[in-house]
Amino acid sequence: MKRQANVRIKTLKIDGIDVGAREGETILELARENGIHIPTLCHLDGVSDWGGCRLCLIEIKGSNRLVPACMAQAEEGMEVFTKTPRLVTYRKMILDLLLSERNHVCAVCVSNGHCDLQSMAQELGNTHVGLPYLNPSLPVDATHPYFIMDHNRCILCQRCVRVCREIEGAQTKGAMGRGIEVRIIHDLNEPWGQSLTCTSCGKCVQVCPTGALLQRGKAVGEMVKRRDFLPYLQMMRED
Amino acid sequence: MSEKVKLATVWLDGCSGCHMSFLDMDERLLELAEKADLVYSPLVDPKTFPEMVDVVLIEGAVSSEEDYEKIKKVRAHSKVLVSLGDCAVTANVPGMRNPFKVQDVYNRAYIENADYNQHIPVQVIPPLRKTSVPVHNVVKVDVFVPGCPPSADLIFYVLSELVDGRIPNVSGMTRFGA
Repeated sequence: MKRQANVRIKTLKIDGIDVGAREGETILELARENGIHIPTLCHLDGVSDWGGCRLCLIEIKGSNRLVPACMAQAEEGMEVFTKTPRLVTYRKMILDLLLSERNHVCAVCVSNGHCDLQSMAQELGNTHVGLPYLNPSLPVDATHPYFIMDHNRCILCQRCVRVCREIEGAQTKGAMGRGIEVRIIHDLNEPWGQSLTCTSCGKCVQVCPTGALLQRGKAVGEMVKRRDFLPYLQMMRED
Repeated sequence: MSEKVKLATVWLDGCSGCHMSFLDMDERLLELAEKADLVYSPLVDPKTFPEMVDVVLIEGAVSSEEDYEKIKKVRAHSKVLVSLGDCAVTANVPGMRNPFKVQDVYNRAYIENADYNQHIPVQVIPPLRKTSVPVHNVVKVDVFVPGCPPSADLIFYVLSELVDGRIPNVSGMTRFGA
């Protein structure tokens, strides 16, 4: 992002630490600049935020509502808390919901050892899932010549949807349905391999946090994602 | 010297990899043997579960009626119950059949993929329950140790704590699928 001249600095507190924010800066950006870690799953440097995963929920003094740090703009005099017991409980619960909603079997996943969901469970100390598994019957779309979409491992973070729309400009990927029925689709819910808009660029595969999007021919633990291209691409486009 | 800790291990629906990892503790098994006796396990002779054990490690998911009966019994006769490994903690690979009907699973295993003598067994093989579930869905679990399998180092840490009467906290030390 280009720095504007004449920026007004807002001063606020995050976890008791005095910080200064630029106009329009989110709490998440500000926290990261100041070395304060807030867990995220749907956030991805280089594409827009949409507050989908709710892991970055924070508390703001004077408000009973929890808000996602990626969507909350820094305001003068705010007092923000990122690690209260209430937040920690909710974050662990969100992971339990994600892990129980579809069929995540880390031991046999292409992304084992390179998965954001798996490492987040480790980071937050989720040693087991306290909710019953739903065991849904979900399809695997293997119609594309290079890539595969396995809905069993999708957490609906929509990084793929955003990178396809905002960076590649193809708008192949989208989300269909409501609530627990939401599915990532291609074009008008057609098999990926038959999409006329997909450019086969593979950006969606690289940004996917789990093994839901993978390259063909990858076996257990082999799907290492490369994300570094994204901020670089954005920076080059702006300059 | 006080009496040794009574240790047991139980093998439900798992690949035995967690028990192999247990054996991978190698010479550290001797260190543990100074403080604990392995009183029941697929690795030792006794065929009946003792009246009461101090610590029991459970490998595997609860998949069959036999698993279900066994884990109920084991829980009733154990002080500290440890879910060891992803199958016990998450149902893992045994749970991959869960989106399918049990009859379809039987058909795939014993008819479609069988070259000879295609039939669904009615004797010896215990009937499958509707789904394979983690141990904590059936009985109370005191310690969770994810990993596929958990490393020998981790099992040694967990057991070292338990034989000294402490409940280990492994959060952050391992992960699902590790």
